[in-house]
Amino acid sequence: MRKDFLVDWTFGKVALLSALIVVFILVSLFIVLYKESSLAVSTFGVWKFITSTVWNPPMEKFGGAPAIFGTIVSTVISITIAVPVAIGIAIFLTEIAPHFLRTPVGVAIELLAAIPSIIYGMWGLFFFAPFMRDKVQPVIHATLGKLPVIGQWFSGYTPGIGLLTASIVLSIMILPFTAAISRDSFNMVPDILKESAYALGATKWDVMKDVVIPYAKLGVIGGIILSLGRALGETMAVTFVMGNQPVIPKSLLEPATSITVTLANEFTEADTDLYLSSLFYLALILFVMSFIVIVIGKFLFLKKVER
Amino acid sequence: MELNTQERFIIEPKEPAKIVVENLNFYYGEKHALKNISFKVPEKKVTALIGPSGCGKTTLLRCFNRIHDLYPGNRYEGRILLDGENILEKDYDLIKLRSRVGMVFQKPTAFPMSIFDNVAYGLRLKGIKNKSELEDRVEKALRDAALWDEVKDRLKDPASGLSGGQQQRLCIARAIAVEPEVLLFDEPTSALDPISTAKIEELVVSFRDRLTIIIVTHNMQQAARVSDYTAFMYLGELIEFNRTEDIFITPKVKLTEDYITGRFG
Amino acid sequence: MDAFKKRKLVNNIVLVLSTLAALLGLLWLFWILGTLFYKGLGSLSLEVIIGDPPSPGDNHGGLKHAIVGQTLIVLTATVIGIPLGILAGTYLSEYGKNGRIANIIRDLSDIMMSIPSIVVGTFVYALMVKPLGHFSGLAGSVSLAIMMIPIIVRTTDDMLRMVPPELREAAYALGATKYRVIKDVVYKAAITGVITGVILSVARIGGETAPLLFTSFNNNFFTLNMFQPMASLTVTMYDYAMSPYKYWQDLAWAAAILLTFGVLGANILGRVVAHKFKK
Repeated sequence: MRKDFLVDWTFGKVALLSALIVVFILVSLFIVLYKESSLAVSTFGVWKFITSTVWNPPMEKFGGAPAIFGTIVSTVISITIAVPVAIGIAIFLTEIAPHFLRTPVGVAIELLAAIPSIIYGMWGLFFFAPFMRDKVQPVIHATLGKLPVIGQWFSGYTPGIGLLTASIVLSIMILPFTAAISRDSFNMVPDILKESAYALGATKWDVMKDVVIPYAKLGVIGGIILSLGRALGETMAVTFVMGNQPVIPKSLLEPATSITVTLANEFTEADTDLYLSSLFYLALILFVMSFIVIVIGKFLFLKKVER
Repeated sequence: MELNTQERFIIEPKEPAKIVVENLNFYYGEKHALKNISFKVPEKKVTALIGPSGCGKTTLLRCFNRIHDLYPGNRYEGRILLDGENILEKDYDLIKLRSRVGMVFQKPTAFPMSIFDNVAYGLRLKGIKNKSELEDRVEKALRDAALWDEVKDRLKDPASGLSGGQQQRLCIARAIAVEPEVLLFDEPTSALDPISTAKIEELVVSFRDRLTIIIVTHNMQQAARVSDYTAFMYLGELIEFNRTEDIFITPKVKLTEDYITGRFG
Repeated sequence: MDAFKKRKLVNNIVLVLSTLAALLGLLWLFWILGTLFYKGLGSLSLEVIIGDPPSPGDNHGGLKHAIVGQTLIVLTATVIGIPLGILAGTYLSEYGKNGRIANIIRDLSDIMMSIPSIVVGTFVYALMVKPLGHFSGLAGSVSLAIMMIPIIVRTTDDMLRMVPPELREAAYALGATKYRVIKDVVYKAAITGVITGVILSVARIGGETAPLLFTSFNNNFFTLNMFQPMASLTVTMYDYAMSPYKYWQDLAWAAAILLTFGVLGANILGRVVAHKFKK
């Protein structure tokens, strides 16, 4: 009987310990990043590091602006492309598709979301980038490139590898995830609510617009923000096709970089303490950005859905 | 309906008392769920607890094996004496208590294991490892629960394959395998069909004279059929406790009479 | 046009657009999977799977080192991650329940699920690579384990909470201690769901590259030593695809298809198990 009690007590403590380890990992992650980047932080400061565009390892001058710019712009573009398409897919799956198609297509989308991101990257390098270079970018050049003011964003040297290509590959990568979350949010709308609207003579789009989307709004936005978090931190889908140029490009068609791309390419090359510390600094910035995004998405939107 | 009367009628059973409840008060957090309950549960007889929904009968039942202790915020006041020992003492050994006082629940709760393992579970907890002893006791328990003939050829099959009524009898077998002195039934037939209900009522009656039984039921006819003594509760208080035939034919308190004749509840 | 006709028109336009969106989504799927099968199957051969690592400029060689390395790294990650994850999930469901601390841990665990994988890599680098002065397969496993744990915690917590309270009460009523209630009843009742969570978490980390880039790094030789840099299918794919050698690029595609089969296979397995659980 005494032995039983001892086992019982030990098990409880072990379980508690395991749960605390989870917390510990998260906290120490932040602490470690902070500690490793402190050299760079004290050397370059905060504002200067974020705005300086000079990333020159041999001279030991490190500015984070090109990487941060690339991360933010590629994320914004990819979300802009992916979200409407994802919502369209979600609408298709929940309202339009004939019932026998819903499960197979739904499963297909979920399996798509499970494909390792490196595959997207490789496909991007060998197939999509040449496609962009040969078929698409000349068209963009000739059309959007001729516009005043914003035209310069669509001109320039176009090897197929660059910010726009990377953004598009990224958008394809987060598309299945965003579509799946939106579909799940739409599915949470109770049938009787939709039926009441149909019974009044509403069309499918009326029901979507006036019943489903308002009801599912919080969940969908929360899902979009989560996707944003994913896009921010994505590495392999963009590393192959971003171009890895530590500059802020003059045009979307030109090679650039992002935080994850810089880390992936340069982490093992960093030969000085300041170099490594600057890379950790970038990692810390990325960590903080995604932390904020996740917290907003989860706590401002998704938590309310669970209630 | 408010409790606007102080009328109570509680007898002293002529059999020796297995459990004596003295001034029991119970609190779910702030809520005063049981108020000053005192009575004696006669040994080796069937005592029924009846009353309208929310009267506290299940709450009272769950005090007898202190299953309330699993959930924070619950508090007992008063004493419950089992063979003279107060089981509400803070350091009373709950494991020991639960091997003397068993419980059968409202919904069949077959564990995700084989039929044999289900019945043997309580025995294994007590440390019994000897294979033939386990087999004997499992068989005896299943016979006592009138389930042996139906399952003797498939003892290794998962218990989930049994019907609802069979699963409930399995739970009864499981509870009596450890040979408890008291068996608590919490509305054991409310989730079952009439035929299974009848079988279980037969079992309850068959255990009389061997164990002390306390059964909570919202079905008055069931209480009248199976019990020797009946306790009527209302809004957390014990209103009347008497021999079953006396309480149903000549209730002493008006409130009891109103409940029994269907005026409320 | 009257209001009704107008609504119908808008409705039809939206329906068409949504269908186009779905087709667009499927288009990418087919294009990517198509190229994967075309290039991957084309490069796949027995030599590729069991051959020794190629040297630069070679026209022969295989992925044996990468396949074995990937398996070892993932396996070690599961040995670390599964017990920790399940125990932590058990704590949340059976001990912490709905308390403040438990809910805080749940939230933190969910946040951990979305941390960029490359950041996890830098963390483990600082902890296990820099101090020791070299990369190691073990460091790679630790990175993957860190990514697995929040997923397993969440699914274990959810699955265990679905076990009805009466089942636990019945075990307590027989005199069981908490540990036995959990071991004999709760785990047994939820086991299929927990296993599904584990399988899906393995599928998720099995395809990761970024956390391995500077932990297990890479190794162009076959090795079983977890304390040295170790090849993985994913990082090898990355190196070979970016290399100038055509044969190496072919190998990368072969690796890609092997990886996809593995990950999708695990995913489908997880779904099948989950489906049986629903019964």
